[in-house]
Amino acid sequence: MVSFVIVSHSRLLAESVADFTKIMADQVTVIPAGGLEDGSFGTSYQLISDAIEKAYTEDGVLVLMDMGSAVMTAEMVLESMADRKVKMVDCPLVEGAVAGTIDAAGGLSVETIYRNLTDSGYVNKF
Amino acid sequence: MNKENIILAIDKMTDAMESQKEFLTELDIVIGDGDHGINMARGFGEIKKKRDLLTVMDAADIIKNVGMILVATVGGASGPLYGTAFMKAGTFLKGKEELSFQDFLEAFQSAIEGVMARGKAVEGEKTMLDAMLPAKRAMEKEWQLTGDVKKSVEAGLAAAKEGVEYTKTIIATKGRASYLGERSIGHQDPGATSFTFLLEAIASQM
Repeated sequence: MVSFVIVSHSRLLAESVADFTKIMADQVTVIPAGGLEDGSFGTSYQLISDAIEKAYTEDGVLVLMDMGSAVMTAEMVLESMADRKVKMVDCPLVEGAVAGTIDAAGGLSVETIYRNLTDSGYVNKF
Repeated sequence: MNKENIILAIDKMTDAMESQKEFLTELDIVIGDGDHGINMARGFGEIKKKRDLLTVMDAADIIKNVGMILVATVGGASGPLYGTAFMKAGTFLKGKEELSFQDFLEAFQSAIEGVMARGKAVEGEKTMLDAMLPAKRAMEKEWQLTGDVKKSVEAGLAAAKEGVEYTKTIIATKGRASYLGERSIGHQDPGATSFTFLLEAIASQM
Protein backbone atom coordinates (compact mmCIF):
# COMPACT_ATOMS: atom_id res chain seq x y z
CA MET A 1 0.00 0.00 0.00
CA VAL A 2 1.28 3.46 -0.95
CA SER A 3 2.42 5.69 1.95
CA PHE A 4 2.49 9.47 2.31
CA VAL A 5 4.72 12.15 3.81
CA ILE A 6 3.28 15.57 4.61
CA VAL A 7 5.85 18.37 4.50
CA SER A 8 4.88 21.73 5.96
CA HIS A 9 6.54 24.77 7.53
CA SER A 10 4.33 24.10 10.54
CA ARG A 11 4.64 21.04 12.75
CA LEU A 12 1.00 21.34 13.83
CA LEU A 13 -0.24 21.72 10.26
CA ALA A 14 1.65 18.63 9.05
CA GLU A 15 0.41 16.61 12.01
CA SER A 16 -3.16 17.80 11.55
CA VAL A 17 -3.21 16.98 7.84
CA ALA A 18 -1.88 13.50 8.62
CA ASP A 19 -4.46 13.13 11.39
CA PHE A 20 -7.28 14.33 9.13
CA THR A 21 -6.66 11.52 6.61
CA LYS A 22 -7.51 8.96 9.33
CA ILE A 23 -11.24 9.68 8.99
CA MET A 24 -11.49 7.89 5.65
CA ALA A 25 -8.21 6.04 5.27
CA ASP A 26 -7.10 4.93 8.71
CA GLN A 27 -4.99 2.06 7.38
CA VAL A 28 -2.71 4.25 5.23
CA THR A 29 0.66 5.31 6.63
CA VAL A 30 0.94 9.12 6.65
CA ILE A 31 4.04 10.56 8.29
CA PRO A 32 4.16 14.30 9.07
CA ALA A 33 7.39 16.27 8.58
CA GLY A 34 6.49 19.76 9.73
CA GLY A 35 8.57 22.59 11.12
CA LEU A 36 12.12 22.45 12.44
CA GLU A 37 13.55 20.01 14.99
CA ASP A 38 12.76 22.42 17.84
CA GLY A 39 9.14 22.79 16.70
CA SER A 40 9.54 26.27 15.24
CA PHE A 41 8.38 27.18 11.72
CA GLY A 42 10.57 26.07 8.84
CA THR A 43 11.48 22.98 6.86
CA SER A 44 14.04 20.45 7.96
CA TYR A 45 16.05 18.30 5.55
CA GLN A 46 16.59 15.75 8.32
CA LEU A 47 12.95 15.52 9.40
CA ILE A 48 11.80 15.08 5.80
CA SER A 49 14.46 12.47 5.18
CA ASP A 50 13.53 10.59 8.37
CA ALA A 51 9.81 10.74 7.55
CA ILE A 52 10.40 9.22 4.11
CA GLU A 53 12.48 6.42 5.67
CA LYS A 54 9.72 5.79 8.17
CA ALA A 55 6.98 5.78 5.53
CA TYR A 56 9.02 3.81 3.02
CA THR A 57 7.47 0.89 1.20
CA GLU A 58 8.34 -0.66 -2.15
CA ASP A 59 4.75 0.18 -3.16
CA GLY A 60 5.93 3.79 -3.19
CA VAL A 61 5.82 6.98 -1.12
CA LEU A 62 4.14 10.19 -2.22
CA VAL A 63 5.36 13.46 -0.70
CA LEU A 64 2.92 16.37 -0.42
CA MET A 65 4.25 19.82 0.47
CA ASP A 66 2.96 23.28 1.34
CA MET A 67 5.17 25.95 -0.31
CA GLY A 68 8.58 27.48 -0.96
CA SER A 69 11.33 25.88 1.08
CA ALA A 70 9.11 22.85 1.78
CA VAL A 71 9.17 22.15 -1.95
CA MET A 72 12.87 22.93 -2.44
CA THR A 73 14.03 20.99 0.63
CA ALA A 74 11.90 17.96 -0.27
CA GLU A 75 13.37 18.14 -3.76
CA MET A 76 16.91 17.98 -2.35
CA VAL A 77 16.04 15.05 -0.08
CA LEU A 78 14.62 13.17 -3.06
CA GLU A 79 17.75 13.88 -5.11
CA SER A 80 19.73 12.07 -2.41
CA MET A 81 17.55 8.95 -2.77
CA ALA A 82 17.26 8.71 -6.54
CA ASP A 83 17.05 4.90 -6.48
CA ARG A 84 13.99 4.83 -4.22
CA LYS A 85 10.31 4.83 -5.08
CA VAL A 86 9.47 8.33 -3.83
CA LYS A 87 7.70 11.10 -5.73
CA MET A 88 6.69 14.66 -4.93
CA VAL A 89 3.13 15.60 -5.89
CA ASP A 90 2.10 19.07 -7.02
CA CYS A 91 -1.40 19.29 -5.56
CA PRO A 92 -3.39 21.08 -2.83
CA LEU A 93 -2.07 19.80 0.50
CA VAL A 94 -5.29 18.97 2.37
CA GLU A 95 -7.43 17.81 -0.55
CA GLY A 96 -4.48 15.89 -1.99
CA ALA A 97 -3.79 14.11 1.28
CA VAL A 98 -7.42 13.10 1.71
CA ALA A 99 -7.98 12.00 -1.91
CA GLY A 100 -4.60 10.32 -2.16
CA THR A 101 -4.93 8.27 1.01
CA ILE A 102 -8.43 7.12 0.00
CA ASP A 103 -6.92 5.92 -3.30
CA ALA A 104 -4.10 4.21 -1.43
CA ALA A 105 -6.53 2.46 0.93
CA GLY A 106 -8.34 1.24 -2.19
CA GLY A 107 -5.13 -0.42 -3.31
CA LEU A 108 -4.37 1.86 -6.26
CA SER A 109 -0.79 1.99 -7.55
CA VAL A 110 1.54 4.88 -6.84
CA GLU A 111 1.47 5.83 -10.54
CA THR A 112 -2.34 5.96 -10.62
CA ILE A 113 -2.60 7.95 -7.39
CA TYR A 114 0.05 10.38 -8.63
CA ARG A 115 -1.88 10.86 -11.88
CA ASN A 116 -5.18 11.29 -10.05
CA LEU A 117 -3.72 13.97 -7.81
CA THR A 118 -1.94 15.93 -10.51
CA ASP A 119 -4.36 15.60 -13.44
CA SER A 120 -8.01 15.26 -12.60
CA GLY A 121 -8.18 13.72 -9.18
CA TYR A 122 -10.11 16.52 -7.55
CA VAL A 123 -12.90 18.75 -8.78
CA ASN A 124 -13.25 22.48 -8.26
CA LYS A 125 -14.80 23.47 -4.94
CA PHE A 126 -17.50 25.58 -6.57
CA MET B 1 42.48 32.38 -3.83
CA ASN B 2 43.85 29.43 -1.93
CA LYS B 3 42.33 27.23 0.72
CA GLU B 4 43.25 29.63 3.54
CA ASN B 5 41.49 32.50 1.75
CA ILE B 6 38.39 30.36 1.37
CA ILE B 7 38.34 29.51 5.07
CA LEU B 8 38.80 33.19 5.93
CA ALA B 9 36.04 34.21 3.51
CA ILE B 10 33.71 31.72 5.19
CA ASP B 11 34.68 33.12 8.62
CA LYS B 12 33.79 36.60 7.34
CA MET B 13 30.47 35.30 6.01
CA THR B 14 29.73 33.82 9.42
CA ASP B 15 30.55 37.12 11.15
CA ALA B 16 28.40 39.05 8.68
CA MET B 17 25.42 36.74 9.07
CA GLU B 18 25.70 37.03 12.85
CA SER B 19 26.03 40.83 12.85
CA GLN B 20 23.32 41.33 10.19
CA LYS B 21 20.94 38.79 11.71
CA GLU B 22 18.46 41.36 13.00
CA PHE B 23 18.66 43.58 9.93
CA LEU B 24 17.96 40.69 7.55
CA THR B 25 15.14 39.44 9.73
CA GLU B 26 13.59 42.91 9.85
CA LEU B 27 13.65 43.06 6.04
CA ASP B 28 12.03 39.65 5.89
CA ILE B 29 9.31 40.52 8.43
CA VAL B 30 8.03 43.18 6.01
CA ILE B 31 7.66 41.03 2.88
CA GLY B 32 8.43 37.45 3.91
CA ASP B 33 8.08 35.12 6.83
CA GLY B 34 10.53 36.97 9.05
CA ASP B 35 13.17 34.32 9.47
CA HIS B 36 15.89 35.09 6.93
CA GLY B 37 18.42 36.57 9.36
CA ILE B 38 17.78 33.94 12.01
CA ASN B 39 18.04 31.16 9.42
CA MET B 40 21.27 32.40 7.85
CA ALA B 41 22.85 32.93 11.28
CA ARG B 42 21.83 29.42 12.30
CA GLY B 43 23.29 27.90 9.11
CA PHE B 44 26.59 29.74 9.34
CA GLY B 45 26.69 29.07 13.08
CA GLU B 46 26.68 25.34 12.26
CA ILE B 47 29.48 25.93 9.75
CA LYS B 48 31.49 27.62 12.50
CA LYS B 49 30.97 24.59 14.76
CA LYS B 50 32.33 22.32 12.01
CA ARG B 51 35.24 24.61 11.14
CA ASP B 52 37.87 22.11 12.31
CA LEU B 53 36.41 19.41 10.09
CA LEU B 54 36.25 21.78 7.12
CA THR B 55 39.86 23.00 7.39
CA VAL B 56 41.29 19.53 6.70
CA MET B 57 39.38 19.25 3.40
CA ASP B 58 40.58 20.51 0.03
CA ALA B 59 39.25 23.81 -1.34
CA ALA B 60 36.44 22.37 -3.46
CA ASP B 61 35.23 20.06 -0.69
CA ILE B 62 35.15 22.91 1.82
CA ILE B 63 32.83 24.87 -0.46
CA LYS B 64 30.67 21.83 -1.21
CA ASN B 65 30.37 20.92 2.48
CA VAL B 66 29.42 24.48 3.40
CA GLY B 67 26.52 24.02 0.98
CA MET B 68 25.52 20.73 2.52
CA ILE B 69 25.54 22.22 6.02
CA LEU B 70 23.35 25.11 4.84
CA VAL B 71 20.84 22.72 3.27
CA ALA B 72 20.68 20.70 6.48
CA THR B 73 20.46 23.54 9.00
CA VAL B 74 19.08 26.80 7.57
CA GLY B 75 15.42 25.74 7.66
CA GLY B 76 14.06 28.28 5.15
CA ALA B 77 14.23 28.83 1.40
CA SER B 78 17.75 30.23 1.69
CA GLY B 79 18.93 26.75 2.80
CA PRO B 80 18.24 24.91 -0.44
CA LEU B 81 19.08 28.03 -2.50
CA TYR B 82 22.44 29.01 -0.98
CA GLY B 83 23.10 25.32 -0.28
CA THR B 84 22.70 24.48 -3.96
CA ALA B 85 24.85 27.50 -4.91
CA PHE B 86 27.79 26.39 -2.73
CA MET B 87 27.40 22.73 -3.70
CA LYS B 88 27.40 23.59 -7.43
CA ALA B 89 30.43 25.87 -7.03
CA GLY B 90 32.27 23.20 -5.03
CA THR B 91 31.49 20.52 -7.59
CA PHE B 92 32.65 22.79 -10.39
CA LEU B 93 35.97 23.49 -8.62
CA LYS B 94 36.71 19.83 -7.89
CA GLY B 95 40.43 19.09 -7.90
CA LYS B 96 41.54 22.74 -7.88
CA GLU B 97 43.77 23.90 -5.03
CA GLU B 98 44.51 27.43 -6.21
CA LEU B 99 41.59 29.35 -7.68
CA SER B 100 42.17 31.96 -10.36
CA PHE B 101 39.68 34.79 -10.79
CA GLN B 102 38.50 33.07 -13.95
CA ASP B 103 37.83 29.90 -11.90
CA PHE B 104 35.88 32.00 -9.43
CA LEU B 105 33.77 33.55 -12.20
CA GLU B 106 32.98 30.17 -13.70
CA ALA B 107 32.15 28.63 -10.29
CA PHE B 108 29.91 31.64 -9.60
CA GLN B 109 28.15 31.06 -12.93
CA SER B 110 27.49 27.47 -11.99
CA ALA B 111 26.22 28.56 -8.55
CA ILE B 112 23.80 30.99 -10.20
CA GLU B 113 22.54 28.30 -12.56
CA GLY B 114 21.95 26.09 -9.51
CA VAL B 115 19.92 28.82 -7.78
CA MET B 116 17.84 29.45 -10.93
CA ALA B 117 17.06 25.75 -11.31
CA ARG B 118 16.30 25.19 -7.62
CA GLY B 119 14.12 28.28 -7.26
CA LYS B 120 12.69 28.07 -10.79
CA ALA B 121 13.37 31.79 -10.94
CA VAL B 122 14.80 34.29 -13.39
CA GLU B 123 16.08 37.86 -13.05
CA GLY B 124 13.53 40.55 -12.15
CA GLU B 125 11.45 38.51 -9.69
CA LYS B 126 12.76 40.28 -6.57
CA THR B 127 15.08 37.51 -5.43
CA MET B 128 18.77 37.02 -4.68
CA LEU B 129 19.27 36.60 -8.44
CA ASP B 130 18.70 40.34 -8.85
CA ALA B 131 21.98 40.91 -7.00
CA MET B 132 23.80 37.80 -8.27
CA LEU B 133 23.34 38.27 -12.00
CA PRO B 134 24.29 41.97 -12.18
CA ALA B 135 27.32 41.22 -9.96
CA LYS B 136 28.45 38.46 -12.28
CA ARG B 137 28.00 40.58 -15.40
CA ALA B 138 29.86 43.54 -13.87
CA MET B 139 32.77 41.36 -12.72
CA GLU B 140 33.09 39.69 -16.11
CA LYS B 141 32.99 43.03 -17.91
CA GLU B 142 35.61 44.67 -15.68
CA TRP B 143 37.79 41.55 -15.79
CA GLN B 144 37.77 41.49 -19.59
CA LEU B 145 38.43 45.22 -19.73
CA THR B 146 41.20 45.58 -17.14
CA GLY B 147 42.26 42.09 -16.00
CA ASP B 148 42.39 43.61 -12.51
CA VAL B 149 40.95 41.40 -9.75
CA LYS B 150 40.38 44.19 -7.21
CA LYS B 151 38.62 46.41 -9.72
CA SER B 152 36.52 43.51 -10.96
CA VAL B 153 35.41 42.54 -7.47
CA GLU B 154 34.61 46.15 -6.62
CA ALA B 155 32.53 46.46 -9.78
CA GLY B 156 30.72 43.26 -8.79
CA LEU B 157 29.97 44.53 -5.31
CA ALA B 158 28.71 47.87 -6.62
CA ALA B 159 26.44 46.05 -9.08
CA ALA B 160 25.11 43.75 -6.34
CA LYS B 161 24.25 46.78 -4.21
CA GLU B 162 22.53 48.43 -7.16
CA GLY B 163 20.67 45.16 -7.64
CA VAL B 164 19.43 45.33 -4.05
CA GLU B 165 18.20 48.90 -4.69
CA TYR B 166 16.49 47.67 -7.87
CA THR B 167 14.57 45.04 -5.89
CA LYS B 168 12.82 47.92 -4.07
CA THR B 169 11.23 48.99 -7.35
CA ILE B 170 9.77 45.69 -8.50
CA ILE B 171 6.96 43.31 -7.56
CA ALA B 172 7.89 39.97 -6.03
CA THR B 173 6.75 37.05 -8.13
CA LYS B 174 8.59 34.30 -6.26
CA GLY B 175 8.42 33.11 -2.68
CA ARG B 176 6.24 34.27 0.17
CA ALA B 177 6.61 37.94 -0.88
CA SER B 178 4.72 37.17 -4.10
CA TYR B 179 1.48 36.94 -2.10
CA LEU B 180 1.86 40.66 -1.35
CA GLY B 181 1.78 41.59 -5.05
CA GLU B 182 2.13 45.36 -5.48
CA ARG B 183 2.52 45.85 -1.74
CA SER B 184 5.99 44.32 -2.05
CA ILE B 185 7.15 47.43 -3.95
CA GLY B 186 9.28 49.80 -1.86
CA HIS B 187 10.95 47.03 0.10
CA GLN B 188 14.32 45.48 -0.67
CA ASP B 189 14.69 41.74 -1.04
CA PRO B 190 16.30 40.06 1.98
CA GLY B 191 17.95 37.37 -0.17
CA ALA B 192 19.54 39.91 -2.51
CA THR B 193 20.73 41.75 0.59
CA SER B 194 22.28 38.71 2.27
CA PHE B 195 24.00 37.78 -1.00
CA THR B 196 25.67 41.20 -1.05
CA PHE B 197 27.08 40.56 2.44
CA LEU B 198 28.37 37.15 1.34
CA LEU B 199 30.00 38.66 -1.75
CA GLU B 200 31.65 41.30 0.46
CA ALA B 201 33.17 38.47 2.51
CA ILE B 202 34.53 36.79 -0.62
CA ALA B 203 35.80 40.12 -1.97
CA SER B 204 37.83 40.70 1.20
CA GLN B 205 39.94 37.66 0.33
CA MET B 206 40.59 38.49 -3.33
